[in-house]
Amino acid sequence: MSQLIAGQELTAENFKINRQLLIAYADASGDQNPIHQDEAFAKSVGLPDVIAHGMLTMALAGKYLSAIAGSEKVISFSAKFIKPVVVPANTDVNLTISGKVVEIVEGQAKIELTAICNEIKVLGMAKGVIRI
Amino acid sequence: MLNPDLVGRTFTSADSVSVTQESITKFANVIGEPNTLVAPPTFAISITLDQSQKLLQESGLDWTRVVHGDQRFEISRPIVAGDVFICSSTIESARNVAGNEIVSVRSDLHSGAQLVVSTWSTLVVRA
Repeated sequence: MSQLIAGQELTAENFKINRQLLIAYADASGDQNPIHQDEAFAKSVGLPDVIAHGMLTMALAGKYLSAIAGSEKVISFSAKFIKPVVVPANTDVNLTISGKVVEIVEGQAKIELTAICNEIKVLGMAKGVIRI
Repeated sequence: MLNPDLVGRTFTSADSVSVTQESITKFANVIGEPNTLVAPPTFAISITLDQSQKLLQESGLDWTRVVHGDQRFEISRPIVAGDVFICSSTIESARNVAGNEIVSVRSDLHSGAQLVVSTWSTLVVRA
C-alpha cells in the first residue's frame, strides 16, 4: 500500500449482505438474537423485517479498515449504529464502505469511514486508528 | 428495568475463554478477511458480547429487545489463537429515555496481567 496522506479519499468497497451471511455471522460471533434470522420474530417486536447485526456491518467496515495496512495495525475502532440494515428474504443488500484519511499523527492514521446501504448512512461517527 | 445498584459494579467471568484458530478463521471467513494469523479488529465482540449478554440477562433485561447503539474497541495488540482471556464487564451507566433503557457496558479482555482489548457497548433495550 502506498503512503497515506491526510485528506486522501480511499477507494470504496462493496459488500453483499444476505440472510445466509447473517446466519454465518451469528454462528461466528455467537449472537443468535432472533431479530437477525427470524422474520416473524423480528416483525413481532416491531421491526420492518430481519435486520443485520450492527456488529456485522461494523465487522465489514473493520475488514475495510484492515485492508489499508493489515488487521494487526488496527488499534482503535468505533461506530454508532444509526439506521438498521434491513435484509429481506432472497435478497442481496449492498453495503458500500468508503474511507478518508483525516489526519496522520505520530505514526498513526485516523480514518473516517462511511457505510451506505440503499443510499442511507447506517453507521455514524465511524472511525478507526491504524498504525502506519 | 435494570437494577440501579448494578451500575458501576464490575463482574469478572469465572471461566477463562480460550481463543481457537477455528474461531478466528470462521469469523474472518464471514467478512472475507484473508488474514487469519490474527483476529479481525471486531473479533473481541464474540467474547465480550456473550459476557455482557449473560450479565444483562441476570440483571433482568430482555435480550431479544436489545439493539446495539454504538460500539468502540481499543486494541493494545491483536488477538491470536491460543490467547486465554479473563473478561471483566462493568455497567458504566444506565438511563431511561422515552421508556427505552440505555445501558453502557465496558468489557476488558485480560491475558494474565496484560489488558489486550477493551470494548465499550451501548445497548438499547426497546420498550
